[in-house]
Amino acid sequence: MTYEELLTETALNNEQVVVMTAENRALVRNLPGVLGKRFIDTGITEQTMIGASAGLALRGRIPVVHALAAFLTMRAFEFVRTDLGIANLPAKLSGFIPGFLSDANGPTHQAIEDISIMRGIPNVTVFAPADEDDLVKMLPEIWKSPNPAYTRINTRKTTHVHEPFELGKAEAISSGSDVTILTYGLMFEQALIAVEVLKNEGLSVGLVNMRSLKPVDEAIILQVAASSNLIVTLEDHFLTGGLYTIVAEVLLQYQTTAKVMPIALKERWFRPALLPDVLQNEGFSGKQIAERILGYQTGYSQPSILTPEFSE
Amino acid sequence: MENTKHSEQDLQAIALKVREHIVRMSTAGGCFTGASLSAVDMIVYLYGEFLNLTPSNLKDPDRDYLFLSKGHDVPALYGTLVELGFMEKERLENHLSLNDHIYWHPNTHIPGVEFHSGSLGHLPSVAIGVALDLKISGSNNKVICIMGDGELNEGTCWEAVLVANAYQLDNLIFVIDRNHFQANMRTEDLIPLEPLAQKFESFGAAVKRINGHSYTELHEAFSTYPFQQGKLNVVIADTVRGKGLPSIQERADRWFCNFSANEVEQLLLELHGEHTTSLTSETLIVR
Repeated sequence: MTYEELLTETALNNEQVVVMTAENRALVRNLPGVLGKRFIDTGITEQTMIGASAGLALRGRIPVVHALAAFLTMRAFEFVRTDLGIANLPAKLSGFIPGFLSDANGPTHQAIEDISIMRGIPNVTVFAPADEDDLVKMLPEIWKSPNPAYTRINTRKTTHVHEPFELGKAEAISSGSDVTILTYGLMFEQALIAVEVLKNEGLSVGLVNMRSLKPVDEAIILQVAASSNLIVTLEDHFLTGGLYTIVAEVLLQYQTTAKVMPIALKERWFRPALLPDVLQNEGFSGKQIAERILGYQTGYSQPSILTPEFSE
Repeated sequence: MENTKHSEQDLQAIALKVREHIVRMSTAGGCFTGASLSAVDMIVYLYGEFLNLTPSNLKDPDRDYLFLSKGHDVPALYGTLVELGFMEKERLENHLSLNDHIYWHPNTHIPGVEFHSGSLGHLPSVAIGVALDLKISGSNNKVICIMGDGELNEGTCWEAVLVANAYQLDNLIFVIDRNHFQANMRTEDLIPLEPLAQKFESFGAAVKRINGHSYTELHEAFSTYPFQQGKLNVVIADTVRGKGLPSIQERADRWFCNFSANEVEQLLLELHGEHTTSLTSETLIVR
């Protein structure tokens, strides 16, 4: 099932759902015909769209709201905080091309602080599916919840078949006593490769798909801190405010210590290029991730990274 | 055209080369082909004729300024900068490569790019800041900001017009690339803009509406700058999305194009009027 198929089915089964976009139609191309007046394209007006979503939610609607992640979370930030956050209205934000998925667009389009700023708003929940299968398993729960929600949209396909989703719960893919990688979103695909490389090198390796960044699965973080010698937080996000920060907050809160290695973008935007080149250049391919953890080069050959299906 | 550096034919010849560069960038990852082709003639005219900008004065505080707020038409700017000697032609071969900074939106690694853009509705306000300082400093230089018509959806564009009016910035020119399309559809079918000239006029601007592909009309309009003492200048340049390539002209689905190498060769012939291209490449619209 695709994002568009899921959204179509959801909207047809629930009259309260309205679909909004600030003129980003890649994943909602057929919805105007299906939904009629319940499809609202406000043009390139992210702030007005978010304000209008609050008005629709006041009337009992559930707006599913689309724009590029950078503009949805940053251009409209104060509208999300003030109109959706303070009022705690169940608008559901779908951010396109977050993180590295903005490939050659440049820093204006790089949403790599979206997790940080969205999770900073009281009442707003934050989610990041690992691939298309994860996306369609997570969204029904996200859309049913009573809170405003921000989701990093990721429609890439991996071979992994995910578990059912529960709000606030991560998905433990495997466990290991030497290293456990905590990750979310696009980087899951490369983490699967990194795990393979690390296992080939003889390590006991765990992998966790975080899925829900807020509320976060504190139990799994504490469990990994107790059972694994090293935690790696892997994210296509600034070091500040993302998963590394979340893990630090949880460990501090429970007065626990752990050895944590962050893999993130430290105080810089990434160099724009097509996605496979970006991952390679930034050191975020699965092989490079494994080698950063190991501290040495391996003979493993990185599988080719598919270019995005859409212009993501 | 009178008192110009180039003849109309020369400008058209430069524009044809710029369009060839755009077509060559529309492959192996692609670029905003349709959106760029509408802006070629205004950018060639502004750099070639109107602005006090040369490859040697780009750091001079007494230069004119051009801000490309419609950042995704940067292939038209890349091509113009190459043809007018601001940038080496070889750099265009690095489009989307990690060896250079030639990607889908403007950045200051490109000579002539004053400010990065890509998020719509930002540079009208940056341009106001520069225009304010030119006034404070007593400089006679002028500031251009090119905006897309779809971009005018963003409220900050209209805030900028209000502020420019309040501060009587007659050294500032907003040029609207009025190609009548936004990403997915015709502007008038989504967020209607007309009557556009009256909108700007009611906000206090002095407005000229011209054919943005006619060098004669571009020259007639810009040579009367400043249009009116104490008023923001606005040029609404009516243009055609995909101008120069009949097979993609005025098509909603040819905003961003990623053609095959074979299609590029055919489109280059089409630019010279010798061919009609049959296109099969899927187009990508989300960028």
